[in-house]
Amino acid sequence: MIQTLAFYLFAVLVIASAVMVITARNPVHSVLWLILAFFNGAGLMVLVGAEFIAMLLVIVYVGAVAVLFLFVVMMLDIDFAELRAGFVKNFPLGIAVALVLLAELVLGIGAYQAGALQLGEPSGVGAPRMGESNIESIGALLYGKYLFLFETAGIILLVAMVGAIVLTHRPPKTQRGHQNISKQNQRRPQDATVMKQPPVGQGVEL
Amino acid sequence: MSYASSFYFTLPEVILSLSGLALLMVAAFAGKASARIVTILSVAALFGAGIFTAHLLSDPAFALGGDAFSGVYRMDAFGSYAKILIYLATIGILMVTQRYFDSTGEYRPEYPVLMIFGAVGMGMMVSAVDLMTLYLGLELSSLSSYVLASYARSDGRSAEAGLKYFVLGALASGILLYGMSLVYGFTGATDYLSILAAMSDGLSGGMLFGLVFVLAGLAFKISAVPFHMWTPDVYEGAPTPVTAFFATAPKVAAIALLMRVALDPFGAQVDAWRQIVIFSALASIVVGALGAIGQANLKRLLAYSSINNVGFILIGLAAGTQAGAGAMLVYLAFYVAMTLGSFVAVLMLRDGEGRQVETLADIAGLSRSHKGLALCLAVMMFSLAGIPPLMGFWGKFVVFRAAVDADLILLAAVGIAASVIGAFYYLKIVKVMYFDEPAGVVAGKGDAASWVVLALTTLFVSPLGFLLTIWLGNWTNRAAAALFFAA
Repeated sequence: MIQTLAFYLFAVLVIASAVMVITARNPVHSVLWLILAFFNGAGLMVLVGAEFIAMLLVIVYVGAVAVLFLFVVMMLDIDFAELRAGFVKNFPLGIAVALVLLAELVLGIGAYQAGALQLGEPSGVGAPRMGESNIESIGALLYGKYLFLFETAGIILLVAMVGAIVLTHRPPKTQRGHQNISKQNQRRPQDATVMKQPPVGQGVEL
Repeated sequence: MSYASSFYFTLPEVILSLSGLALLMVAAFAGKASARIVTILSVAALFGAGIFTAHLLSDPAFALGGDAFSGVYRMDAFGSYAKILIYLATIGILMVTQRYFDSTGEYRPEYPVLMIFGAVGMGMMVSAVDLMTLYLGLELSSLSSYVLASYARSDGRSAEAGLKYFVLGALASGILLYGMSLVYGFTGATDYLSILAAMSDGLSGGMLFGLVFVLAGLAFKISAVPFHMWTPDVYEGAPTPVTAFFATAPKVAAIALLMRVALDPFGAQVDAWRQIVIFSALASIVVGALGAIGQANLKRLLAYSSINNVGFILIGLAAGTQAGAGAMLVYLAFYVAMTLGSFVAVLMLRDGEGRQVETLADIAGLSRSHKGLALCLAVMMFSLAGIPPLMGFWGKFVVFRAAVDADLILLAAVGIAASVIGAFYYLKIVKVMYFDEPAGVVAGKGDAASWVVLALTTLFVSPLGFLLTIWLGNWTNRAAAALFFAA
């Protein structure tokens, strides 16, 4: 019972916060809604008994989103004074979100204690091996059956990295505004200036 | 499954990946000066992988093929045949590339390395018997392609082409992935055999949605109408050797992938996808033929020509028979030779200052100043138009015969009628080269490597190519049979 309740709570919140991610006008708000969506996704994973994936979701995605958040803040021109101005007005909403998260935490732990949610009969390669933890099962698949694909994923990341460097990296000599101080100091007035005495009525010939 | 046999079957990919990694280190430490040697070594690696693939193809011990890594990858005659085509096309392009970048000095050793990794991805695409292998291979080849499209950094058009290709390619990948997730959700499996088994009992609505999305995503990759809009822009903007690459190797891989997906996992539901393929084939032929007529840029024109050819190839798929699949493979071999030859000929057109010439007006009267080049280009154009003594006719003929045998007479008739429209602009190029007043823009000679590639492809599509059709027919029959082995 408690699992079903928790499932619907998490599922509704995932969808609601995903909608908010794309409808929020302020990018910082978008990012915060995204974090909420990931937390609820992690809650769903806990419910089906995939603790490892849930932890990954929190650590990798929420962690990455924190970094993304920094990028957004650095790249966009956001007036933080203006953001803080609505603090009192938005205080009730903030408290509400915090309370929902607290309730989820309690429900999630309660549901986890009550055992994993049975969505269906696991079969085939999807079935966890008896007596093995999540991590062991994933490891056995990832480095056994899916070894070839796992290595390929590595090469895809390598190609992405090489591509980014190939397209953006410029050799140092093309940098502009580079100051050569010794060359400047070696320069003498007679190299840089010429004396001319133009006749009256004619222009200077250089 | 034993790891030894798995690695043996995937050895072409392993060879290429390891050479790619090693050459990347050479590129990183030796810098730009190593571009030439890295290119030569890349060609050697591709050649080695090709030789090994030919060994797998010809050794009777592997005639039935074999699964690697518990059924995510399958080595068989079909995959080996497509891989040899891919490797040959990539080798041809690597041979003609360096001269193109000479004028801008932008040639760097990362270029051949990216092509090698692209070839790894394409090899995986044609050997995939699992949706995950399919997707990873596709992404590996697409990612290298996006980078290669915008490789000429000083050219704004190249950057635009890369960005367009990337955004639209990402959209297509998303559609494909969504379709695959639906197929997985409704059949409960990602490997082709289980999907086939699950679909044999009938097609549920979700499976149908998944199938349509998968086909739409793949249609984008082979630039079949109505997912062809990116092709002319990307082909025009990308550096010419890269365009030649896009029109040959990735297209072979994507078409082979589409064949395997349509005939293996979705093979029980031919009626569900046949009408989609028939529409796409006809629309591609017509749009490719009509769109090319007004084009002044040779690369844009060849882009429409490749859309047109994809339409003809899809006619073979619409037949849904083993003969149809064999005909597609025959057509693919000639298509690669014709496209590669045409692009190499365009690559060799440069003006007195070594700049690339790519408009139709510039090649007016080419036959007076450059007899050999004009002759080769004319042979390619006649062959693409399907004029009988040349091999382009043979490719069209086998495809239409397969369609007629499968009772798709109307499709074949419309296809033949539309190929007459297509002949117009191919013949226009020949007319401009031979009968117009010389424009005198093209100057200078091509380099030896380009001439070798051009001469070989011209010989292949010339009537002399008939000497090879015995082997070609034998290989394509075995390859097509491998596709129907599971069904």
